[in-house]
Amino acid sequence: MNDAFLHSVAIQRRVLYALMMREVITRFGRDNLGVLWLVGEPMIFTLGVATLWSAVGLTHGIATPIVAFAVTGYSSVLMWRNAASYCSHGVESNKPLLYHRNVQVIDVLLTRIALEVLGATCSFIVLSIIFVFVGWMTPPVDVTLVLGGWLMLAWFGASLALVIGGAATFSPIVYRLWHPAAYLLFPMSGAAFMVEWLPLNLQKVVLLLPMVHGVELLRHGYFGNIVVAHYDIGYMAECCLVLSLFGLYLVREAGRRIEF
Amino acid sequence: MLSLEHVSKVYETRQGVRRILHDVNFCIKRGENLGILGRNGAGKSTLIRLISGAERPTSGVIHRGMRVSWPLAFGGAFQSHLTGLDNLKFVCRIYGVDYRPLVPFVEDFTELGLYFREPVQHYSNGMLTRLAFALSMAIEFDCFLIDEAMVVGDVRFHERCHVELFSKRKDRAFILVTHEAHVIKLYCKNAAVLHEGHLLPFPTVDAAYDFYESTMANVPVEV
Repeated sequence: MNDAFLHSVAIQRRVLYALMMREVITRFGRDNLGVLWLVGEPMIFTLGVATLWSAVGLTHGIATPIVAFAVTGYSSVLMWRNAASYCSHGVESNKPLLYHRNVQVIDVLLTRIALEVLGATCSFIVLSIIFVFVGWMTPPVDVTLVLGGWLMLAWFGASLALVIGGAATFSPIVYRLWHPAAYLLFPMSGAAFMVEWLPLNLQKVVLLLPMVHGVELLRHGYFGNIVVAHYDIGYMAECCLVLSLFGLYLVREAGRRIEF
Repeated sequence: MLSLEHVSKVYETRQGVRRILHDVNFCIKRGENLGILGRNGAGKSTLIRLISGAERPTSGVIHRGMRVSWPLAFGGAFQSHLTGLDNLKFVCRIYGVDYRPLVPFVEDFTELGLYFREPVQHYSNGMLTRLAFALSMAIEFDCFLIDEAMVVGDVRFHERCHVELFSKRKDRAFILVTHEAHVIKLYCKNAAVLHEGHLLPFPTVDAAYDFYESTMANVPVEV
């Protein structure tokens, strides 16, 4: 490896760290406890949803443990939705910082993606440990599959965030449309159901959505064979790859077009 | 050395394509300075943003063989929810410098007092300019880009800028753009005029000044 490349890597690391600190300060406050909100925010959401679902008895007559179902479902939603939502405003709210030559559009988006993935992951782990400890949940059956599903959801969330964040610099319509789209996608994302519970024709439609495959894989890993999971990770990977490439293209163009 | 070769910049507006800069060429070495005069809307700030790398030229090449600062204008380059101190930390992290030894200098130079630890969104233009100036002095650049910053601020600020930039750092390069001809006369050894998208070089500052004045005379004053 040549020096120029290593030099670039060093700059990249500095920039990402600086942006990370900047995001943490403005989003979670200045005191050290503020960083806890990175986990606290998604945790409260998940807790609320778990409580709500338990209360209305959303079990579809199947003996799926409701708390574990809510935790795996809502954590997945956080994973694919939040990065894109924060990236949709990412460039706009960091624009003055792009005055510094080494701060590029991709850095701003990668920082927000990293924070969201980190936050959702910590919240998932912390919540699981707490609920397992108090006995509301059993530990996952197959951790490897859970990890696989989680990583796939992270990839999907990241690539979606690049697309939304990049496209939002071209037109504000993108983030106006993204928020309703995220709401509409939520009930179809597999968070609140297993594909197996749906009628056959609906299964086909729902399985067009890449994140459904990730959630199914995650739940297969978590619950083992007490659930019947439908997923095709090859299909999900193809979708993520296309989204990633399209996202990177948009981000590059956004960087070239940036105006103050 | 910093050089611009055939640099052009075009903006797409709702009224069609507007060419702001047309085939701009110049180079500047450490220890040299250049004052660029231009009327409002002549493209001075655009040129500075291109040189700094904040924006890309539509065509042409900018070669930065030395450390070039960000555009030192009032307000730009700050995240408004961060405090002055946070912005100092941010800038230092970006450029790989330890911020701690710099805090006394920045606090002293900016005279922000308590406001140094308040969000930048509550700052006045004068405060922003002082902070911007202090931060760019805190990072050791080879070439400073100054966009109008010298025209805001009071006499005391001007004097302190003068000491920091033109005495302590006279071995560096700087490019100063402004519509205030006297500022260029005061600080620059070389001058150019940005006129209708072209950067016109002049052998002396006085020649540039005279040309600039003559272009001003042609502009009808609306009553």
